[in-house]
Amino acid sequence: MNSTPPPTGTGTARGYRAGPSAWWTLPALAFFVVFALIPLAGVAVLSLMAWDGLSAPHWTGLRNWTRVLADPVTGHAALLSLKIIVLSWLVQTPLSLFLGIFTAGRQRYRNVLAVLYFVPLLFSSAAVAIAFKAILDPNFGISRAVGWSFLSRDWLGDPQLVLATVVFVIAWQFIPFHTLLYQAGVRQIPASLYEASMIDGAGPVQQFRWITLPQLRYTLVTSSTLMVVGSLTYFDVVFVLTGGGPGYSTRLLPLDMYLTGFSANDMGGASVLAAILVVAGLLVAVGFTRFSGFNRMQSQQEGL
Amino acid sequence: MLDLDTQPSTSTDLPVEPTGTTAVRRYRGNVPGAVGGLVWLAIVIVPIYFIVVTSFRRQAGFFAGNPLALPTDPTLDNYAAVIQHDFVRYVANSVIVTAAAVAATLAVSLLAAYTVVRGTGRMVRLTFSVFLLGLAIPLHATIIPLYYLITRLRLYDSLLGLILPSVAFAIPVTVLILVNFLRDVPQELFESMRMDGASEWQTLIRLALPLVRPALVTVAIYDGLNAWNGFLFPLILTQSESRRVLPLSLWAFQGEFTVQIPGVLAAVVLSTLPMVVLYVLGRRYLVSGLTAGFSR
Repeated sequence: MNSTPPPTGTGTARGYRAGPSAWWTLPALAFFVVFALIPLAGVAVLSLMAWDGLSAPHWTGLRNWTRVLADPVTGHAALLSLKIIVLSWLVQTPLSLFLGIFTAGRQRYRNVLAVLYFVPLLFSSAAVAIAFKAILDPNFGISRAVGWSFLSRDWLGDPQLVLATVVFVIAWQFIPFHTLLYQAGVRQIPASLYEASMIDGAGPVQQFRWITLPQLRYTLVTSSTLMVVGSLTYFDVVFVLTGGGPGYSTRLLPLDMYLTGFSANDMGGASVLAAILVVAGLLVAVGFTRFSGFNRMQSQQEGL
Repeated sequence: MLDLDTQPSTSTDLPVEPTGTTAVRRYRGNVPGAVGGLVWLAIVIVPIYFIVVTSFRRQAGFFAGNPLALPTDPTLDNYAAVIQHDFVRYVANSVIVTAAAVAATLAVSLLAAYTVVRGTGRMVRLTFSVFLLGLAIPLHATIIPLYYLITRLRLYDSLLGLILPSVAFAIPVTVLILVNFLRDVPQELFESMRMDGASEWQTLIRLALPLVRPALVTVAIYDGLNAWNGFLFPLILTQSESRRVLPLSLWAFQGEFTVQIPGVLAAVVLSTLPMVVLYVLGRRYLVSGLTAGFSR
């Protein structure tokens, strides 16, 4: 490959305003197109085909769609996924925001805590799920340590409890990351804003409402988008923790897709479920973007 | 026999800090905040403590006694058993996949992010929209066509077949975070570089790169953890034992040792240990990177 020197802005006719060449985005774009966008189109194509994963796929038209959409398991899985998303956001966002602001403080003890808070992030999802299986075991898990009977339930075997358990385990694993985002966000806020508000006599609550929260808007959108789109793909934790059980009580959409495709060898039906996931993710993200005016290409710190 | 009365402790011994409850310090001691912080600490630490302590128990002593007490008769047998299970190979596979994926992701994403922030024209905007779209799409939903693509490319059951999609999937988030950081760099800095006659390439290397380093560290950690901990790709795109990465090996191990919980938890601890070591070594850099902020 011959490498051409990158075009400098000075030589072009545009002169003063020209930035880097659009070609600079090409490497990232190439990766993304081949391994993400083409498979994305593949979802649509495969949803119209019958394929068992081994032989050659062949065309069946809309038959997969009618079959999968009529299946009660699909509706159940979709509802479960929605529940997990809402619950996860409600649990994780306030906690991460609190911990992010808390660990942004300069006190020594908070620095130590910040170090420890980070640790769950070091475990893989598979490790977390395997560990919590042992921890939550009603017979020889952690509940034996304290004599509280309300702890020694069958957290993973009771269809009433298992969803809350999954939400908790996911939160335990992912809150550290979102805490980190918020901590970095808080530390980016110019101190002059707080100083000015002190002079105006604002208390901590007002400062939080009128400075911290607005300044964290981008962080909040980034974090929430990652959280929600991430929860659409929670697969590994649930797969290892419950395998979708007991019964169908944790068979979320991604897991339903996996089991349909790779266990039942119905790749066409699984592609229909994949398409549903993709559309759901798009709707959520477009909603967030509209809501936040995220596309505006300007800094929040202008005029400081 | 070493006689150092050491207790198995997690990574580093942290000095015990006086928490804000004693002696009201000058910074308005935020008591509810401190209490909340400590409650969360307990939620984080107790399960980890349970995992570590249990991994030193003997199978026989596991069912009796308090699960949170220190083992009366600690043993390393569980660890030995795990390591004999080809553990080193799984670690090596994971290291290769993670390092290659993160390096490639950061390189291409920084180029793209810089161009999005500094570039002009419709192509650049369109590219950014495409990446934003990627952020919006639960990419794991594309696993079935991806499986088809990887098999057709003859990459099935190879580490490269894990690395390439991992890079692609990490790009949207990485670009977005870097763009967010670069946006906050005052335009005057770029303009003054241009006045000095620097090329775009020099501006990127000498101005944008140092400024964006805190974000690079954060995003490298995020991407690294994702690659290191990824489970779905290896589950679907690899098959043979020699290509197994750590998370998959844990799962396989658990299938084999169902009731041998101390053994399973020893595998969990071992699989996390490399990350703990990295974190302890890189923490200073990480914290300073995150707190660097922008000197104006």
